[in-house]
Amino acid sequence: MAQTAESLQPAKRKSHSLPYWVEPTFTVLALGLFGLYTLWLVFFQSSGQFHNYLSPFFSPTESWGIKVLPAIWVLWSPLLFRATCYYYRKEIYRGFLHDPMSCAVPEKRKHYFGETRFPFSWTNLHRWFWYVAVIVLVFLWIDAVQAFIFNGHFGVGLGSLIMLANVILLSAYTFSCHAFRHLIGGGSQKFTCADGRPTTRYKLWNRISAWNENHGTYAWISMFFVWFTDVYIRLLMHGVIHDVRFF
Amino acid sequence: MPEDITLSVFRGDKGGGDEVEYKVPMQTGMVVLDALHFIQAHDAPDLAVRWNCKAAHCGSCSAEINGSLKLLCKTRVDDYVGEVIHVRPMHTFPVIKDLVTDVSWNYDMLRQVPAFQPAIKAPFTLQQRDVDRIQEFRNCIECFLCQNVCHVLRDHSAQDRYWGPRLMIRFAELEMHPLDTGDRMELLKGAAGIGMCNITKCCTVVCPQGINITDNGIIPLKERVADVYWDPLGGLVRKMHK
Ligand code: SF4
Ligand code: SF4
Ligand code: FES
Ligand code: FES
Repeated sequence: MAQTAESLQPAKRKSHSLPYWVEPTFTVLALGLFGLYTLWLVFFQSSGQFHNYLSPFFSPTESWGIKVLPAIWVLWSPLLFRATCYYYRKEIYRGFLHDPMSCAVPEKRKHYFGETRFPFSWTNLHRWFWYVAVIVLVFLWIDAVQAFIFNGHFGVGLGSLIMLANVILLSAYTFSCHAFRHLIGGGSQKFTCADGRPTTRYKLWNRISAWNENHGTYAWISMFFVWFTDVYIRLLMHGVIHDVRFF
Repeated sequence: MPEDITLSVFRGDKGGGDEVEYKVPMQTGMVVLDALHFIQAHDAPDLAVRWNCKAAHCGSCSAEINGSLKLLCKTRVDDYVGEVIHVRPMHTFPVIKDLVTDVSWNYDMLRQVPAFQPAIKAPFTLQQRDVDRIQEFRNCIECFLCQNVCHVLRDHSAQDRYWGPRLMIRFAELEMHPLDTGDRMELLKGAAGIGMCNITKCCTVVCPQGINITDNGIIPLKERVADVYWDPLGGLVRKMHK
């Protein structure tokens, strides 16, 4: 039998890890503040555009005749996409529901049904929100390209770079998703063609699996960057700061 | 003179018990299991501890050391210099005596998972890349630390509704086998209760074999269950492919 994982590694010295409540507290603060900021946008802001820069919270602007608050029109899908994300689920169950707060920390709640009943059973619909998220992503890429077009001419401003970084991070988050990993190849049982060569699905699955290892990191960074992008554009809109134009 | 370390070891049985303190002279490279053997040899010959390999291979010596779930034979005492080392039996399983717990429930459940159903008769040749995925799961040494930490079993005692992470990777190992023809989805969603897992990943954290239980086992299984029960469109596409 193969060597055990532990015996392959040099003995891990005692790590002075952070107290167990640090991670769930961070989750509650970060998601809580992000939620409040989003609500503020939904109810008190009607647009997020500064010339060719469009805030990701307000894209797409086209609503095809559907009448809702602009931010709601855009936000329901990324919100449900993130709320049903396997990574955020872990953070939410730990941070907000203390189910469990941290490993081997006793729980107070008596009744537990996991993801077997509504509303948590609906997390099984994650793949559907992924499909919608990909559509939204297409719009965000269009916005990012438009951020490089100033009055019909190519140009680069700090805002253009921020919007490009934003959409790259969102793509990394979206395409490192567990449901996508399953869809692209994880669901298949055989990875080898009749001629002994790897299947295309295998190659794709392998690539996505590597990205998937960092899915949690992409989840946080992309969330904070969306936030930052909106703040940047909003500050431009209100004339608090001026965009830096490189050329 | 070697330095003395203090161990506070649970002594008792299913009726209850308490921790008892012992002093043990520390030696270089000593693990907690060595210290317990010293106690057995010098202070308490009736101290019960289950072990076999002393090499993190047999999965017998699982216990709770200062609140962390570990193998006694792979936990060095010099990680705890200046501290009392509290050693307790696994919380989730009934204590038989001292550090020995009754883990037979896990084996009972394992027997209920329908075995490998190969498409062709053995012997057969498999490509390494087709079995890489399941070999990770076959590294399991059945220490049941993951079962012990899983809050569904540990805090909610829902053994009647969820079979636990070790069983989930047993399902994964069979379902992802390139030649398996079995269909365990109904069982997985029903009696085995995969929906009870809320992917909070403590099983992955404690696994001494470094098996990615949640990301590579449970989540892909949840997706397979979703294929069947939450995705009529995908089901149709798969039917047409067949
Ligand atoms: S991820 Fe699931 S199986 Fe693992 S410890 Fe958490 S609830 Fe239990
Ligand atoms: S999966 Fe890991 S923690 Fe669980 S029984 Fe196997 S080796 Fe132990
Ligand atoms: S698992 Fe996180 S986005 Fe799908
Ligand atoms: S004695 Fe075998 S795993 Fe510890």
